Amino acid sequence: MIRVENVSNNWGEFSLKDISLNIKEDEYFIILGPTGAGKTLLLEIIAGLHFPKEGKVLIKGNDVTFLNPEKRGLGFVYQDFALFPHLNVKKNIEYGLKLRKVPEEEREKKVTELVNLLKIKHLLSRNTTTLSGGEKQKVALARALAINPKIILMDEPFSALDENTKSKLISDMKELHNKGGITFVHVTHSQEEAILLADRIGIMMGGTIVQVGTPDDIFYKPITREIAKFVKIENIWEGKVLDKNQDEMTIDVNGKKIVALPDHFKVGDGVRLIIRPEDILLGKGNTSARNEFNGKVLSVVKHGFYYIVRIDCGFEVEAAVTKQSIENLCIKEGKDINIFFKATALQVIKR
Amino acid sequence: MFSEIRRNPLLILFFILGMVIVGYIIAALSHMLYSQLVLHPGEFIAVIKDPVVLQSIWLTLYTSFIGTVIAVILGIPLAYILARYEFHGKDIIEAIVDIPIIIPHTVAGIALFSLLMRRGAVGMAFSKLGIVFQDNMWGIVMAMFFVSCPFFVGTAREGFKSVNPNLERVARTLGASHWESFYQIALPLTFRHIFSGAIMSWARGISEFGAIIIIAYYPMIASTLILARFNTNGLQGSQPIAVLLIMVCFVTFVVLRLISKRGGKR
Repeated sequence: MIRVENVSNNWGEFSLKDISLNIKEDEYFIILGPTGAGKTLLLEIIAGLHFPKEGKVLIKGNDVTFLNPEKRGLGFVYQDFALFPHLNVKKNIEYGLKLRKVPEEEREKKVTELVNLLKIKHLLSRNTTTLSGGEKQKVALARALAINPKIILMDEPFSALDENTKSKLISDMKELHNKGGITFVHVTHSQEEAILLADRIGIMMGGTIVQVGTPDDIFYKPITREIAKFVKIENIWEGKVLDKNQDEMTIDVNGKKIVALPDHFKVGDGVRLIIRPEDILLGKGNTSARNEFNGKVLSVVKHGFYYIVRIDCGFEVEAAVTKQSIENLCIKEGKDINIFFKATALQVIKR
Repeated sequence: MFSEIRRNPLLILFFILGMVIVGYIIAALSHMLYSQLVLHPGEFIAVIKDPVVLQSIWLTLYTSFIGTVIAVILGIPLAYILARYEFHGKDIIEAIVDIPIIIPHTVAGIALFSLLMRRGAVGMAFSKLGIVFQDNMWGIVMAMFFVSCPFFVGTAREGFKSVNPNLERVARTLGASHWESFYQIALPLTFRHIFSGAIMSWARGISEFGAIIIIAYYPMIASTLILARFNTNGLQGSQPIAVLLIMVCFVTFVVLRLISKRGGKR
């Protein structure tokens, strides 16, 4: 649906470096990355609001690199919603239809359909400056949907909203996407949004796309140390391949032997091991996990609805544990404890 | 506000110092108004009936209005570019636009005269089209336009800067051409700035004198007439005209300010 080919741009602090992406039809694609990674610029290049210095943008196979935004028919939703303050809600929503010279009767029909869909009928004659964040967001979405776009681009659409409004809108977005017919490209720095909404995620860092994959790929198998850090994996261990056969690969980490699945690495290669804190189990024996170590608890920190336990087993391990496990196992600072993890849960990358 | 001032020594000091400015302006004007309207009302009434005086005041308002229209038409595009885009040499352009504010008015007059006089580079070309600047209404317009355009461009530029550029970007994605996004979104949202910039530009034009007498002593605008009468008849001859000019300008600006306030509320 959308192909970005080797796009580069250099605008001082905002630069894009050789970006290539292939977003499929009907996909919910999330561009995830820290602030200042160039995400908005990439989105605006797809929309035609900026032209790239190098590279190409294709939509449905047509080269649109230098096509003006008004000719692309894409919906765009900004973080600040960008509602026209001198027009009321209804006039905002039908703005695109008026430009297309759609007759009034048809316009009314479309507006009614959209306000019913988004449950904002009661807002129609309101001034946009008096709306709440969530209402503004829905009006901005209705305005984008009015022109029947095949693609909707969203720049941090939920970051100006409170948690409750946000989670409601996220489920609305899911519903909208499930109806089909629209490809979503959504830029965010929120991993939560990415996990909840994305079919696929592109991780953007320092002006370039560093990994593209399903949420599982991204959150469990990050391909670089930086991505692992960004998706909040603290368990990154440096080691060296000691032995390798058809079934497994043994890696030395600070003198401890960790078993992982065999990969393209050779004996003697320096590697990094990455594992999510949720994949570390604590307690006594009886699991099928091939890796078992004994260590001392360094700290227990509450983290929302679960706890982060740090353990020193010759290398430092971080485990995410429920409150129940903390109580059952009497986990506290200084206590000796066993940890387990599966060889399959380990992601091995080059050092 | 006032109860706050009472408990705050700094505010008391600032209030007193500030009032010196306000008092100075009021003193200068009220003294003149008082001595004219109360002590010598007869001369004032005679002036109101004098067609030469009325003609000169009308000419002042009218030429400044035309100068402002030119400033608006040419200034909006410039203000928009300066507000929206970054480019090499932008600082230089902004500095150039401000030049009319900093140079002495007689210097501006000399510069314009040499450019626009009958034998001047531009004056010669225009005289072939039948437009003469030297000692002509158009000379007055051009002088007023020259000194007042920075005020308009500056205000309009701040206006465009205050409009979120994402509004126009969204309009573009919804199908608006750049022109449509400009006049349907940016322009109406800048209306108040444009209007108040135009008022300032008009006021500046009316107050111009130095540049105008060099390029066009005739036809006489109000300030020129006041000087001419002062030189021949002294204070007695000139003050009534000055009072009338103040009253006309003051009423006009109050009305315009009220309109712009109402317009901005939309």
